[in-house]
Amino acid sequence: MIRLKDVEMEYENGTRAIQGITLSIEDGEFVFLVGPSGSGKSTIIKLLTGEVEPCAGRIMINGFSVSNISEKQIPLMRRTLGIIFQDFRLIEKKTVYDNLAFVMRAVGTAPKEIQKRIPYVLKLVGLEKKAQSYPTELSGGEQQRVAIARALVNNPNTIIADEPTGNLDPERSFELMSLLLKINELGTTVVVVTHEKDLVDRFSKRVITIDTGRVVNDGVGGYVGGSIHA
Amino acid sequence: MRKYNFGYFFHEGLSNMFSHGFMTFAAIGITVACLLIMGTFTLVAVNANSLLKDLEKENEILAYVQESYTPEQAKALESKLKAVSNVTSATYISREQAMEDFAKQYPEENMFQDLDPQIFRDRYAVKIENLEQLSQTVRSVKAVEGIDGVNAYEEIAGGFITVRNVATVVCVALIAILFVVSVFIISNTIKLTTFDRRDEIAIMRMVGATNGFIRWPFVYEGFMLGFLSAVIAFALQWGLYAAVARGVDTNDTLQLIHVIPFRQLWPAVGGTFTGAGILMGVGGSLSAIRKFLQV
Repeated sequence: MIRLKDVEMEYENGTRAIQGITLSIEDGEFVFLVGPSGSGKSTIIKLLTGEVEPCAGRIMINGFSVSNISEKQIPLMRRTLGIIFQDFRLIEKKTVYDNLAFVMRAVGTAPKEIQKRIPYVLKLVGLEKKAQSYPTELSGGEQQRVAIARALVNNPNTIIADEPTGNLDPERSFELMSLLLKINELGTTVVVVTHEKDLVDRFSKRVITIDTGRVVNDGVGGYVGGSIHA
Repeated sequence: MRKYNFGYFFHEGLSNMFSHGFMTFAAIGITVACLLIMGTFTLVAVNANSLLKDLEKENEILAYVQESYTPEQAKALESKLKAVSNVTSATYISREQAMEDFAKQYPEENMFQDLDPQIFRDRYAVKIENLEQLSQTVRSVKAVEGIDGVNAYEEIAGGFITVRNVATVVCVALIAILFVVSVFIISNTIKLTTFDRRDEIAIMRMVGATNGFIRWPFVYEGFMLGFLSAVIAFALQWGLYAAVARGVDTNDTLQLIHVIPFRQLWPAVGGTFTGAGILMGVGGSLSAIRKFLQV
């Protein structure tokens, strides 16, 4: 569950990135967070992951109060999240299997559990035969599926995908979004940050539109409101 | 720390070391040099101190009684000599006893066997406690009424004291400077590793790895750099010390100097090198990783 209440965020250079946002995302929801460049989408992700602190307001995520979280609790809060980046951020010198094992080890998972979990997750994203491949040997779509597998492997409550289709063609983008929907159907909350209007319109899901640091629309069934710019 | 993490951290630390071979070599090289210089000066100071202690044990100066004094008057000086500061004992030696002692030193020289005791003087064998105050004590003994002269190895003792003091000062100064240099070099070596692995660190932070988990591989790297440097420095120090000891033992002009055998010193040298090496390594790694752990 994600709750933002009257959240304000201003960077040190004076930019007011978020201006009094209030929104709520329930467990098991699939939500698109859309808006033009510079609208404040990335800042919301940074606020949700604890990379930056809000100037005002309250943020609750999966039972953690991010707005006044202690340094020791930040890793625990982050374990409830799976983050997918536009540029995949895979470790090139590690195989697909090792990329996944790496993040499981990082949270102290036992080797036996790692051996059991990775094949299951790779099968879920359709990459069971690519476990020993290196990221550079994979296509863009496959690399993004590895990134999804990595976000999933620690069994988070919520997946946050930051422009996950930014580097993919329309067909691969649709496949990837379908995969995220499948993951959502298994019970994981999914928040997809994107500016791809066509893609959003193909799915009948809740869309939260952000512009100039404010929520300008929140509804189901494709984008409603002003235009979305790349 | 979970037991399966130990192997992981060790493996990661080891692979970090090999990922920047040249910097690892440089870090080990400079740390070995630092430890060797520190060790050499410390060993010089330790040996000088040991020689001083030996001299202190044997440091007997002879205080000659004025020739005009009768044996009774001479014996009466004992209490005055014992009262001098830094004097631990004063043993009266009559001129007859002095002659006998002298003759005993040369049993095969017949010409020394029939000497007249009158050519010797009554004397006191005076033992002193602290060799560093030798000159002052000699002056005080000379000042005792009835003492005509004193025979003491002031220059030799002064030489050892100077060597020890210089070695100690240089040693302390070098330890401070070289320790900082070593920590800096090791820190930079590990900074290269952390820079190389910044993406991995960012991913670890993002998935919820604790600072401790992120820090440990780099601490292991520093630990291994320090430990390896200590082992190499120890071996080199051993070889160097043995060579110098052999040189001193076989040199006729250095007969007075007795070098402490390395087998008596190696536990202290090994322990100090290991401790200092690990401290430098771990200190360097902690300073390198600090900025990557900011949330």
